[in-house]
Amino acid sequence: MSEAAATLSGPVEEIDIRELDDIIENQFGNDKENLIMILQAIQRRYNYLPRPALTYLAPKIGVPFSKIYGVATFYATFSLEPRGRNIISICLGTACHVRGGERIRERITDSLKIKDGETTPDGRFTLESVRCIGCCSLGPVIKINEDMHGRIGTDEVEKVLNQYE
Amino acid sequence: MKIASAKDLEKIRKAYAPSLYHPEGIKINVGMASCGIAAGALEAFEKAVEAFEDDDRINVCRTGCIGFCEVEPLVEILADGRPRVLYKNITADKIIEAVEDYQNGASKKKWILGQMRDPRCVLEDDLGNPIDKIEPIEGIPFLEDVPFYKNQVKVALRNCGYIDPDEIDAYIAKKGYLAFIDALHNQEPKKIIETIKDSGLRGRGGGGFPTGIKWATAAKHYGDRYIICNADEGDPGAYMDRSILEGDPHSVLEGMLIAGYAIGSRQGYIYVRNEYPLAVKRLLTAIKQAESYGLLGDNIAGSDFSFHIKISTGAGAFVCGESTALMASLEGKVGRPRAKYVHTVEKGFRESPTNLNNVETYANVPAIVLKGAGWYAGMGTEHSKGTKVFSLVGKIQNTGLVEVPMGASLKQIVFDIGGGVPKKKKFKAVQTGGPSGGCIPERFLDLPVDYQKLAEVGSIMGSGGMIVMDQDTCMVDVARYFLDFLKEESCGQCNPCREGIKQMLDILTSICQGNGKDGDIELLEELGAMVQKFSLCGLGTSAPNPVLTTILYFRDEYEQHIHDKKCCAGVCKELFHYEIDAEACTGCQVCFRKCPQDAVSGEKKKTHSIDQTKCIKCGICYEGCKFDAIKIC
Ligand SMILES: Cc1cc2nc3c(=O)[nH]c(=O)nc-3n(C[C@H](O)[C@H](O)[C@H](O)COP(=O)(O)O)c2cc1C
Ligand code: FES
Repeated sequence: MSEAAATLSGPVEEIDIRELDDIIENQFGNDKENLIMILQAIQRRYNYLPRPALTYLAPKIGVPFSKIYGVATFYATFSLEPRGRNIISICLGTACHVRGGERIRERITDSLKIKDGETTPDGRFTLESVRCIGCCSLGPVIKINEDMHGRIGTDEVEKVLNQYE
Repeated sequence: MKIASAKDLEKIRKAYAPSLYHPEGIKINVGMASCGIAAGALEAFEKAVEAFEDDDRINVCRTGCIGFCEVEPLVEILADGRPRVLYKNITADKIIEAVEDYQNGASKKKWILGQMRDPRCVLEDDLGNPIDKIEPIEGIPFLEDVPFYKNQVKVALRNCGYIDPDEIDAYIAKKGYLAFIDALHNQEPKKIIETIKDSGLRGRGGGGFPTGIKWATAAKHYGDRYIICNADEGDPGAYMDRSILEGDPHSVLEGMLIAGYAIGSRQGYIYVRNEYPLAVKRLLTAIKQAESYGLLGDNIAGSDFSFHIKISTGAGAFVCGESTALMASLEGKVGRPRAKYVHTVEKGFRESPTNLNNVETYANVPAIVLKGAGWYAGMGTEHSKGTKVFSLVGKIQNTGLVEVPMGASLKQIVFDIGGGVPKKKKFKAVQTGGPSGGCIPERFLDLPVDYQKLAEVGSIMGSGGMIVMDQDTCMVDVARYFLDFLKEESCGQCNPCREGIKQMLDILTSICQGNGKDGDIELLEELGAMVQKFSLCGLGTSAPNPVLTTILYFRDEYEQHIHDKKCCAGVCKELFHYEIDAEACTGCQVCFRKCPQDAVSGEKKKTHSIDQTKCIKCGICYEGCKFDAIKIC
């Protein structure tokens, strides 16, 4: 509840309608069946789902805002809050778990002082956990933005984080 | 060009095959699936492309997952009339040297995994290298003798790691689309369904439902029928589907085309999980290519059969792998399962008859149609036919993707192929079936892997993830881990699943924190039985499996946690501490230097000790000690 309240009154992003139209109309033909992919495209553009974009989207595809909000909160990849410049995806899949993924997460949490889903106050990192990135052979794995870091040791965490500004 | 007949395919095959088997000059195949790329394959590929840009005798190509992920990046080098050599751990700094080594006769034995005179492909019977004429390289093992590859039979993975996934001609050169064109021109849809029935193929997505029967039922119902491919691959630790999509996307498209023709559908969808961007990219390329050849689209190959395939991506919800949830998600809705009073083959996507199969299921189909049901049914066990792909991960020496005939024993898979547990640690269990499966202990290692046998010991075949666990894995923690996963992923519609899992998780968490009490185990069993029985969908009905099997086979660990307040695996932090074994410690100071808490003290060459008040049990000293001097107490 508090999360929802915070989001709804959250920061207002300047939204470029033309960009949204390009996504909603040109790429996805105003089709409500494409809602999830539209949201993904919006998130790729803004790094999160700004509320004005969602209210704009609702009448365009004929889906009530409440339903869009439901979808956006049901699926784990969507974020209703701005995320950091660098997204750390820590794998907590089974293969990574038995190879010490939990300890890697603890190191990250300790060193950045953020928990799963949170962003550092300086906006440098957002920590997100995922369940398997499909690179289990390299476990434990963390992915920062698009870079995979495999077979990472507990003592290497800080060195890896330092590579990102 | 549009393909109209088997003859057209044969023309393409003849034109392309030489580059697969008798390339001009030297051909370098870099294994570029996601896992290879994560290990550095892209850099190696780019380095080679740059270095040999002006050399037209050297051709740098990409291929999918070569399987032996432990030693990636893998690079295969071949030349006409010479064996192909598979090099391991070839990062950018080594690739040029590897090519030179091949040119000089391949003598860097430490870099080489093995040689092959010809790729063994189940569909291949001609066009390959005349095997006998090729002189093997002395002192290098044949790949088929390397333990990892020895007992494997590749059907679903037949092209993975051999061909360029972005080249439809390469797929056609491996007899791709021949099964479909033959079916389309020469076989009645009913006959194809019979073939699939007779082959004994069962769904590879987890449930193991007979594919032929599903197809027959979907074909019986009227309406706009849909074909859907489930590429949601949600089980953590499983990446078979990703590898097939990234390494051989056309095999899945062809399987769907055959299903579409057999069932009478015009539209297919592939639902890919969000975490697999490369799979999506390769699928999109493959669809475009198939369209340009007229293999997808309207009036395919001059017939009145039309079929289109669209891709849709998931957004990180495990439950969307479940059939009804997946279809809701495809419609752009929240992915909540519904009760299946009416099956999806009757009313599924858009309330129409829908046939849903897994990626690997579809990938098997063209091979079966081409080689016949009898051939496929000749492999495997009485009730589980054919082969199955597994991803071998966790505490295992040779992590990778393997495909074996059904009925191979766990021991063969984990020890012969997988090489057992690394670092001389002791094997404890193997987990199959993801969060719906169970943990199988050592005493069942001789168990033949098939649907029935795994169910008999309380687990399931699942989609094919095999996670090996060793002495450092705490089974209570594993049970807690899975429930934590399922609590997050439960859609929350039905009470037994939403509340039951949470209550069970609370009990397990308190056991792991040292607050377990008498009666907890019994309570878990009771709750587990309830959740199994009354949940709405497969997520809930199978959720207690990891808990119940660990209680069944590792009850002593539960008892130790509850009564002795001990976690012998050194995982549950409240229930153990580290000590330094004075006899084993050499005073090398590695732990002293690495400890982030400055909890280790001791002079060089003298026994060290750990200050328990400072220690946060991060495990860095335990992982780092070369002398096994850090003990879990
Ligand atoms: C919670 C849950 C998750 C599932 N996840 C997957 C999945 O990721 N991939 C898959 O192919 N099947 C998954 N299934 C099984 C599907 O519901 C369905 O049985 C399967 O895709 C049918 O294809 P098949 O007959 O070829 O196996 C899941 C089932 C449940 C209950
Ligand atoms: S479990 Fe971490 S990548 Fe698969």
